[in-house]
Amino acid sequence: MANQSVLGLYENADTAAEGARNLRAAGFTSDDYEVMTGNPYPEGAFGEHVKKNKLFRFSLFGGFIGFITAFLFVFATQTAFPLVTGGKPILAIPASMIIMYEFTLLVAMIFTVIGVIFESRLPRPGGAGPLYDARITLGYIGLLVTVDQERIGNAQQALQSGGAEEVINEPA
Amino acid sequence: MQDRPVLTASQINDELLWPVFELRRRHVLAFLPPFILVMAGAVAVTILIWQGLWITGLQRPAFWGFFIVNFVFWIGVSHAGTMISSILRLTQAEWKRPITRAAEVMTVFALVTSLIHPVIHAGRPWRIIYWLLPYDFTRGIWPDVRSPLVWDPVAITTYLTGSILFVFTALIPDFAIIRDQSTGMRRTIYGALAMGWRGTPRQWQLQGIFGILMSALILPVFVSVHSIVSWDFAASVVPAWHVTVYAPYFVIGAVHSGVSMVLTLMAFMRWIFKLENFIWEDHFDAVGRLLIFIATAWLFFFFLDFAFSFYTREEQEIAVMERRLLEWPFNAITIIMVMTSYVIPIPLWLNRKVRRNIALMFWTSILVNIGMWLERFFLIIPAIERKQELTFLWANYVPSLTESVIVLASFGMVAMLLIIFAKLVPLVPAWEQKEGQVFRSEVQIGEVTVPAIVRESEEPRAW
Repeated sequence: MANQSVLGLYENADTAAEGARNLRAAGFTSDDYEVMTGNPYPEGAFGEHVKKNKLFRFSLFGGFIGFITAFLFVFATQTAFPLVTGGKPILAIPASMIIMYEFTLLVAMIFTVIGVIFESRLPRPGGAGPLYDARITLGYIGLLVTVDQERIGNAQQALQSGGAEEVINEPA
Repeated sequence: MQDRPVLTASQINDELLWPVFELRRRHVLAFLPPFILVMAGAVAVTILIWQGLWITGLQRPAFWGFFIVNFVFWIGVSHAGTMISSILRLTQAEWKRPITRAAEVMTVFALVTSLIHPVIHAGRPWRIIYWLLPYDFTRGIWPDVRSPLVWDPVAITTYLTGSILFVFTALIPDFAIIRDQSTGMRRTIYGALAMGWRGTPRQWQLQGIFGILMSALILPVFVSVHSIVSWDFAASVVPAWHVTVYAPYFVIGAVHSGVSMVLTLMAFMRWIFKLENFIWEDHFDAVGRLLIFIATAWLFFFFLDFAFSFYTREEQEIAVMERRLLEWPFNAITIIMVMTSYVIPIPLWLNRKVRRNIALMFWTSILVNIGMWLERFFLIIPAIERKQELTFLWANYVPSLTESVIVLASFGMVAMLLIIFAKLVPLVPAWEQKEGQVFRSEVQIGEVTVPAIVRESEEPRAW
């Protein structure tokens, strides 16, 4: 059966938490609804469960790639044109470490940003989605429930009884 | 910390986003002086390129003049932006909220401005391409990675890239706010930049982790960049440059000028963009206290630099120090530098009333930056133009009008870029302010109880 979505808009955190409680009381799990807010709230404020992310792996992998790239760049370029300057060795470790250090951090930072975007599930094709409401960035809190058609009525009822200012159904 | 004003999300949007949606007279008035300076700088650069470097005061042996002094100055200023933002993020200091973005953006614009200087200094900027890229693939000639002149662009590019990514990623939630408040073309552009941001708990959690992780990654870069810039000098054999203390001395000098510039920027933002509800006396007080420590550390390295030179008892080292301290005009520059960077501001900053007086903090921060600009001049010029053994190499560097105009234009450029940026996105992160409102007291939020932000005592301090 096809899934359908419904959005409950709440004026403040307390009513939104009440709406989330009602949803759970009606048999919905925290995986069935998504909270949307205009600013961060403490984790678990709406009974939601945030899955672990893998952002650190991105940074670590980026750092490793950066180090290897710099290592190859530094040693390949120096051996490609072995010009002795100032009596310094062709493969001077201390001088090369500087380039390797910077490359390691550069690629680690680039991969961290890629990681944040990827783990945030961005970019979303089609923007914020049909049920996203601009009032969310004005302080409203949205509870977006996505369930099969049979249960959508229950979801609407739970959202409404929690004190939702408006309940919006997905356009047909 | 004083009690923050209670503002709704809508009020925060209105107070922070007005420059994006409206063009007020104060915005135009603030934009015009830096714009005129930048135009004057563009004319000066055009004349310089047309005429050649002979119209500058550069001559043998002083081939590094105002452009390199200004390059080092702006690199230094760029440091404190990301440093102060990263340290505040890592320590989760509550007063970071209104400062972080402006400081990070200042880093980006100061770096961009500084990078223009070596290009102008090259005299024939189009030839930079041969230096930036591997010279000649067919002959297998590559940049020499053992040279500080290669370390330098690598470090600065890393710092610039990291700073831009830092600013951009933290801007995504604010792009979404502007998207939601806009229509038409503006909505399309900001919608694309927001990438479909919805403010889910996972997205907010990642924003929080990103701020801390990126701070931890960029802080080592911050330390390395100005150390590497100092090695442009210290890795040479020029007397008084060739000292091991240069790296920490440059870093602490950079922090001193940069944090002072953050102070200037805070006052500027408060006046131009009417941010009284976001930038308070407490913020100036906190930065002022930080500056007392930084300035004192800088003074220590200033004396250490002399100690290192005198300890060598080498004639050439002592000759440069003598030149810095006793010969005109460097003796006057030294006195002005120490007075403006330390002697005048520190006794003032020790007074709590002064630290909470925004006008006084603004003017003392300007003083520090005058002093710190002179410090770069003091470090670079006397050493490079010192009298050589061969008399035909004796010359004094006298900066030309063209160089002076370009230096002034660089200040205009940073200010102009900041004002343009403020027209596009809020200089104070709106989402962080809203988060601050959520945490403003000890409350039950939803199903969890969160502690209130730790507020400092309202009792008057002894100092």
